[in-house]
Amino acid sequence: MKVLVPVKRVVDANVKVRVKADNTGVETANLKMALNPFCEIAVEEAVRLKEAGSASEVVVVSIGPKAAQEQLRTALALGADRAIHIEIDEELVPLSIAKLLKAVQDKEQAQLILLGKQSIDGDNNQTGQMLAALAGMPQATFASEVKLEGETLLVTREVDGGLQTLSMPLPAVVTADLRLNEPRYASLPNIMKAKRKPLETMSVEDLEVTLKQHVQVLEVAAPASRQAGVMVASVEELVDKLKNEAKVI
Amino acid sequence: MAVLVIAEHDNASLKQDTAKVVAAAKAIGGDIHLLVAGQDCKAAADAAAKLEGVSKVLLADNPAYGAHLADNIGEIILSLSGDYSHILVAASSQGKDILPRVAALLDVAQLSEITKVIDADTFVRPVYAGNAMATVKSLDDKKVATVRASAFDAVAESGSAEVNQLDSVFDAKSSFVSQSLTESARPELGSARVIVSGGRGMGSGENFAMLEALADKLGAAVGASRAAVDAGFVPNDLQVGQTGKIVAPELYIAVGISGAIQHLAGMKDSKVIVAINKDPEAPIFQVADYGLEADLFDVVPKLNELI
Repeated sequence: MKVLVPVKRVVDANVKVRVKADNTGVETANLKMALNPFCEIAVEEAVRLKEAGSASEVVVVSIGPKAAQEQLRTALALGADRAIHIEIDEELVPLSIAKLLKAVQDKEQAQLILLGKQSIDGDNNQTGQMLAALAGMPQATFASEVKLEGETLLVTREVDGGLQTLSMPLPAVVTADLRLNEPRYASLPNIMKAKRKPLETMSVEDLEVTLKQHVQVLEVAAPASRQAGVMVASVEELVDKLKNEAKVI
Repeated sequence: MAVLVIAEHDNASLKQDTAKVVAAAKAIGGDIHLLVAGQDCKAAADAAAKLEGVSKVLLADNPAYGAHLADNIGEIILSLSGDYSHILVAASSQGKDILPRVAALLDVAQLSEITKVIDADTFVRPVYAGNAMATVKSLDDKKVATVRASAFDAVAESGSAEVNQLDSVFDAKSSFVSQSLTESARPELGSARVIVSGGRGMGSGENFAMLEALADKLGAAVGASRAAVDAGFVPNDLQVGQTGKIVAPELYIAVGISGAIQHLAGMKDSKVIVAINKDPEAPIFQVADYGLEADLFDVVPKLNELI
């Protein structure tokens, strides 16, 4: 079974971004960039499937600027076999990403497509679902457990009230939640080895996909800031403030 | 122009989120129709018919829809989409699962977690874990969006819409195997007026009993940070944050939670925030209206006594 894992380069999760002074976007120049945490979990799961003998090949793909190759190398160092980079400088909406991934899938014919459930920059939580729809595949979003039984995939999902288990035929799309696994660290020898693994570069034209503009960002503003609060000295004072000042209890 | 709202329900009853999404639909304007798809969900459809502003309820009641699977519920929504300019659903785990499929099949972009309606084409939504608010204009002919329920006030239950049965049945490729839901007598996190949340500082799952006692006194829901979930103190459906639930209660009490960016993303729109932490440098104090620098193991029992 071949597994395709789309990954994204994003601003590191621990960096607090600032809105640009002209309100056109957020300041991303000179910020630490990283593999989106959810994508890292998807890569880890694919590598584990390979180690368990369920997957034969793990292919990672990223759509983005040239620098996204760093994140592909990271994924290769974590155990992916080869990488595909679709180079494009503009920021795409999930629908366009899903269309490009569908074109990659048409070539690769993977049995399982594993994505993160959302990227921590756009917070869209759409790409996996859209890809499944375009490819006519069943989907299991927010996965916390993935089991392969023959040609059937059993996935436990994190839903609002608890957990839900679904079963589906392959090929299928799965999006990873945080609790699917604990990603490993890439060792130095693996980082060195990753440099020699194949990385193919393609353009949007190569995939023969026509993209259109769907949304226009009019403004990006800082969220309303909260008024500075007060420190209280004791539990009594806290209860008094909540009762008489905030009137919430 | 009409708006289709996909109802959020568990087959037995309608979730409060639906009334909030209807509020977002009202802000857009036009006729509002509600789709209730599920199994034995007539009661949910009747409750939906009472929501103010709703002119018609479409009921798709069939065993095929019992588990709310994205692939076939997506198909019914798609089959109805021709009549609507807008399709909205709450940004719940169900809504987020289903709606992007519909948007892709319609070849339109989806807007996720809108928090404000500016006009019929323009919406505000948070990005980067709520650290920036983007105003986006949809250029597509149909607007498909998930709605952050905590950003809208529920509409009243004063309506009396007709309920129409839908006969079409779509089959899903995936099938439901089992589920395990967290049983709780406390209010749901998403709609609770007060939330008491614990973090890594709680030390153990047993210690959460302290917070539960306090929550029961306040009629509150219990929440948690990712650290508390990862440490196994509480189940993951209690997680508040960028990747868990987004809440905006009247009172949020954060106990032993440092206040990482990802946690703040889920609760910083709460009306009043109280932080109890022994670390004066904890970032949670920067958003708290009332902060108390003290050991939670002294504070929580005392709070319980005083309230």
